[in-house]
Amino acid sequence: MAKTRVVFHYPRTLIDVPVVSRIAREYDLDFNILRANITPDAEGLLVLELAGDAAEITRALEWANAQGVSTQALEKDVVRDDDECTQCGVCVTICPTDALRKDPVTQEVLFTPDDCVACELCVPACPPRAMAVAF
Amino acid sequence: MPKTYEEINAKIKAGEAVVVTAEEIIDIVEEEGAAKAAERVDVVTTGTFAPMCSSGAFLNTGHAHPRLKIQKAWLNDVNAYAGLAAVDLYIGATEATEDDPLNRDHPGDFSYGGGHVIEDLVAGKDVRLKAIAYGTDCYPRKKLDTWINIEDLNEAFLCNPRNAYQNYNVAVNVHADRPIYTYMGTLKPEIGNANYCSAGQLSPLLNDPYYRTIGIGTRIFLGGAQGYVFWQGTQHNPTVERLENGVTKAGAGTLSVVGDLKAMDQRWIRGVSFHGYGVSLNVGLGIPIPVLDEDIVRFTAVRDEDIVAPIVDYSRGYPYSEGGPLGHVSYAELKSGEIEIDGRTVETGALSSYPEAQKIAQLLKEQIEAGEFLLGRPVELIPSVESGLTFKGLKERPVEEEVTADG
Ligand code: SF4
Ligand code: SF4
Repeated sequence: MAKTRVVFHYPRTLIDVPVVSRIAREYDLDFNILRANITPDAEGLLVLELAGDAAEITRALEWANAQGVSTQALEKDVVRDDDECTQCGVCVTICPTDALRKDPVTQEVLFTPDDCVACELCVPACPPRAMAVAF
Repeated sequence: MPKTYEEINAKIKAGEAVVVTAEEIIDIVEEEGAAKAAERVDVVTTGTFAPMCSSGAFLNTGHAHPRLKIQKAWLNDVNAYAGLAAVDLYIGATEATEDDPLNRDHPGDFSYGGGHVIEDLVAGKDVRLKAIAYGTDCYPRKKLDTWINIEDLNEAFLCNPRNAYQNYNVAVNVHADRPIYTYMGTLKPEIGNANYCSAGQLSPLLNDPYYRTIGIGTRIFLGGAQGYVFWQGTQHNPTVERLENGVTKAGAGTLSVVGDLKAMDQRWIRGVSFHGYGVSLNVGLGIPIPVLDEDIVRFTAVRDEDIVAPIVDYSRGYPYSEGGPLGHVSYAELKSGEIEIDGRTVETGALSSYPEAQKIAQLLKEQIEAGEFLLGRPVELIPSVESGLTFKGLKERPVEEEVTADG
């Protein structure tokens, strides 16, 4: 029995197709939706935990890819270099989760790695390039 | 009773000046009233830290042996303007690296450019200077490839033709069905976000909206050093519509500023990259406003609630100059993290760092209190409303091909 965390990026046209429930049924997988959001491209973004037979998971992901869903294993970390961050806050509307958000009182931009799905959208969007992928 | 610059400077030298930030003055005026506040407070400090594209630096490299008159020059592969005397250069903040793919692979990354060269110089890093020349009798050399360091330059001064915009647009994407990549950041389709760029109640010109204390010779905090205002900025536009409190309802006044790059701090001079747009320079700038009278102190007490910015569409409205603003919102609303546009809740993003603006205003306050920073009395104020000055668009006069007699 294997367990893995995956990010699904849905093109706009596929947002309403129940890809996930189909995967669960056809490949006999348990799934848990950790996060669901819309990215700046108005694409769907779904963070899933999949559990089941390892080979079936691989096949399920291949099938999802064939449907036009791009999948990304959640193994990379996106980190912030606090010395480089200027606390501007232009990333908060780009981040599809609450990993980057602004304290409305202090106006400080807070980064919470636990909420980060490593979508990397903030990396090119950060003007001083304080956000980076760590392997 | 009105105060003079000389009286305030005498107090600063004696360590007796009362200095507060543009945030602190809000409560003081509210509690004590403007008359008392004007008596008691001598200086109000402001600050802003944001991308300011019209920025750059003059550098004098000293002469090589044998001498060359630089015709074209590159600093870390970023083109610097050399159409000046032999070894004077101007490196502009938005110049991209020479072989940058730019937006050919849209949206481009723009990871390095003029703003980053300026930051590297300030940080004391070696920068590679490549230059070519055509050679003359007095300047025979034709090529140069060398490392330089800010320490070894004769002069290095930041000289920015337009900084410290008095208010700015709130940018949104109304019409494009994809994200658009602008100097206001990435704007999501269907008004998916709204980006603003001003420190609001801490912003220098919003605290002296008619420029009663700001002009040629005003000493300022610039990139961590002491600099000066030397002219109105380009596109200076004092005649835009104003609220009753003097606040301009759109981008209005601007400043040209100058300061010693060698004395600056990397923290306040930062190269920045805008995905799909280009490079720029984040500049930290603060202006001390002398409380000469009651009116001035009342202006410095302006609050985010009382300052509004226009919401502008950057998918059509801005690039094609179509239509007016979609409405106005206050900085208090913008800073809350969400605004309403057409009954929809839209998340806000900022390009201007408020926490850093607070630090600049605080640092400037401490420097004045310590007697390290004296007020510069302007020899001439920058033009205000009565100048009638407006910012014009370009009137194009298409060039017709000349038809010659035998052609
Ligand atoms: S965009 Fe970059 S610099 Fe600005 S707050 Fe986010 S992480 Fe910090
Ligand atoms: S990678 Fe960046 S944008 Fe994506 S979730 Fe993490 S912090 Fe947010």
